This record gives sequence, structure tokens and C-alpha cells, in this order.
Amino acid sequence: MSLYFTKEHEWIRVEGDTATVGISDHAQQALGDIVFAEAPEAGRQLKKGQEAAVVESVKAASDVYAPVSGEVVEANGAIADEPALINTDPEGEGWFFKLKLADPAELDGLMDESAYREWSATL
Amino acid sequence: MADDMLTLPLDRWHRDRGGRMVPFAGYGMPVQYEGIMAEHLWVRQSAGLFDVSHMGQLLITGDDVAAALETLLPGELAALGDGRLRYSLLLNDAGGIVDDLMATRQGDGFYVVVNGATKHGDIAYLRDKLPGLKIDYLEERALLALQGPKAVEALEKLAPGVSALVFMQAGRFAIHGVDAWISRSGYTGEDGFEISLPGTAAEQIAEALLADPLVKPIGLGARDSLRLEAGLPLYGHDLDEQTTPVAADLTFAINKRRKEQGGFVGAERILGELKDGAITKRVGFTVEGRQPVREGARVLDGEGNEVGKVTSGGFSPSLQQPIGMAYVATALATAGTALTLEQRGKLFAATVTAMPFVPHNYVRKGAR
Repeated sequence: MSLYFTKEHEWIRVEGDTATVGISDHAQQALGDIVFAEAPEAGRQLKKGQEAAVVESVKAASDVYAPVSGEVVEANGAIADEPALINTDPEGEGWFFKLKLADPAELDGLMDESAYREWSATL
Repeated sequence: MADDMLTLPLDRWHRDRGGRMVPFAGYGMPVQYEGIMAEHLWVRQSAGLFDVSHMGQLLITGDDVAAALETLLPGELAALGDGRLRYSLLLNDAGGIVDDLMATRQGDGFYVVVNGATKHGDIAYLRDKLPGLKIDYLEERALLALQGPKAVEALEKLAPGVSALVFMQAGRFAIHGVDAWISRSGYTGEDGFEISLPGTAAEQIAEALLADPLVKPIGLGARDSLRLEAGLPLYGHDLDEQTTPVAADLTFAINKRRKEQGGFVGAERILGELKDGAITKRVGFTVEGRQPVREGARVLDGEGNEVGKVTSGGFSPSLQQPIGMAYVATALATAGTALTLEQRGKLFAATVTAMPFVPHNYVRKGAR
């Protein structure tokens, strides 16, 4: 299992050819109280960098992008019912969707956890 | 970005208390401390302390100052008693709104609070149009707002006598020996006060207020969601120079005598709209589901034609649903009318809703 991050503050946890995607703790803190989240439906094909999900706080709307290409295999219904999960457990229960990797080589361009934490702390 | 922000008297104080500072009206201002939702709900149940020192505090004096101001403002100023305040509008020649403001009779003159982003333009406009008046910009003063049902309990301890004020009444008080001008007013829909005091004393007084467990510091984020729930328009969003008071549904700010006599810039158009209605009107709306529909979204009719624009929108912490304000064709402005909103290509079902969304909680004369 490996964990990667993007400069757009998504995280991606890879197990075999399946990846779970969410937004980082840094991102949820910057957004503030999250009141709405919409994950992509299963079956949707996503290209790396494409808008995949929407997350809205009291103040602002933000897009969540696909960190890598693939087919969505599961959306997290829990965040639609309880968007605050993304605030309380952003890198756990607050995940957005799972996808089947189209090209594992795309992972190479992403940051690992320590690189991301170091970089996001400077923002 | 941070280098371009001017600092106000409480800048360090906000940072020390965990305020997240953002550029607003040219200044660094706290958008939130612990979180907009918690701060918002705190104001609705207890008392919140806001720093609104970015707003412009003016002292306007001169011969026949009320009559002169009445040429630009449609409110009743001549009959306004000492220490009484009014919400009013600064108008342009076409009847459009240059700014919205609070005007208080203060002895021989008027103490006027205008929006932070528009204050320099307002001052220039007033000086240009009313050269006979003296416009003092009270730049060295800070402005605090203490808002919420327990604001009176908290402030009375520091400024004995403030509980005798009623909504839209003001007076001079001493807090810890500091000379403060306090009005029972605000922009959250709650009972509360605005406190004008020397900037040099702001930190001391803010600290004294915050020492009370009833009081928490509140950022501009919650100020925006509170005023939206209260149905109060925000200049630069719900109001601008193209908007008239009738379209903005602010005709309450045009007093009876002014409606009959006119005598203010843009009166011809505004009095005509009072009689015949404006083409568009500001309305409140609620949205089905949980996704907020925000400023800039389009209002569509049944055929998909654009019939209006959303000017404010967000998620109501009190009601736990999305709410907003829009301008729509007047025929669609009745409460209960179904609207379709379009945001980023997605359609939303909304309903025109009477404002305020959350009832006002003002303490009016004789109501206690």
C-alpha cells in the first residue's frame, strides 16, 4: 500500500490496481466547515487532472481533481450524508471515491507523504 | 498578497487569537477563528465580537447639514433626534446606490458609517456634491460590533447604561475610562451594539470584552452568513450603482415625507418605480438539497432564458440549508415562486422565500 499526494491537495492510497482518493488534512483546514460533497458515480472514466468531485464549505466551492486516470468503482455515500466527515477524518472515513488505475506509471509524478507534508507546511 | 494589506489597530490581536487573516477592503481582516459554523451559531445564542474597523467612520458637519445630506440620501434626516440612527442610501443622479450606510444625529452633525471598500469614493463624492459641508474621516478610530442575544448582558458590565438604549439609538459611554460612542445596532439580525472608540484603546477594550465567557471573537466569514440569514444586502454584491432602492427592496429607507416631496438625486426615477414597480427586484431564495448556489449563478425561466442573477448565496448554519439572494424579474418576486438556478452547468430547484430567513431579534422601544 502506498500513499501519494498532489499539489492540488488530493491524496491517493494505492492497493494493488485500486486507488482511494480524498482531500488532505491541509485542504480541509483551508476550506473550513464542509457542508456539501459530491463524489463521481461508479463507472465514470476519469482522466488525470480532470474535475472529479465537488466540495463546498460554508464560504467556498472547490473542485477535486482526479490524481490519476481510471474508472470510478465506488463513491463514498457517507460524505454526501455527512459532509463534516471530510473535516473530522479527511484522510480516512472522509474519502471521496475509489478508482481502478488505468496507468500505474502516472503515480510516479506525485509526491510521497513526507514531501507533501513538508511542502504544504510552507503554504 | 500579504505585503499589500494595510493593518488595522487589532491586527496583532487577531493573529494572537488564531484569526485567519485575509485581504478585505484593502486591509488584513480575520475571516474566521475556530470556524464559521461554530462562530455563526455562537452569535445566534450568545455574543460575538467583530472587528469592523475597516468600515469608514465619518463626521459630517456644516450649515443645514441635514437638508444638504437629504439631497443625496432619501432618508428622513431633518427630523432625526439626537442620538438616533437610520439605515440609508447614498444615491447617484440616476437613482443608483453609491453605498449603503448608517447615519446618526450627533449634536450639530451626523456620524456616518460607510462600507470599507467604498469609503474613499464616498468621501470624494460627498465633498464634490456637498462642498459646503465638512467631511471628517475618523481614520484613527476603531469600530467593534458586539452582536447576539447576550451582547447587552456582556456590555452592560463594562459600559453601565447601555441596556437603556433601544434599537437604532446611540450615546456616549465610558468603558474603562475610554470615551466610546455606542449604538444599539448591527448587521447580523441580532440584538447588539456597535462601539466606536479610539484605535489606541481598541486592544484594551476588545480584551475586556473577550474576558467575559459570553463573548467569543467572530470573523468576517460568519458576519457574511449572519447578514445573509438576516436578509440584509451587502454592498458590492447585492447592491451597486446600477441598483435602485426599489429594485433592491429597500423602500423602507425612503421615509414618508421623502416619498411625498422627493428632493433627492434620482428622485424622478425612484418615485416612478415606487408607483409603477421596478423591472427587477431583490428576493431571497432557498435551494432544494444541500449544495449552495453562490453569487454569479443565473436564474432561468421555464424555457431556459436568463431572468436574473444570484448576488449572494451560501449555506445557512441556522437552517442547515442553502439560501441566497437574487435579482429576478418583478413578476417572479412573490414568495413561493419556483425558480431554476444554473451554476457551473448544473440546474438547481429554488423557491422565492420571504426575508429575513431567520427572524430579527432587535430590541425595540416599548417591546420589553
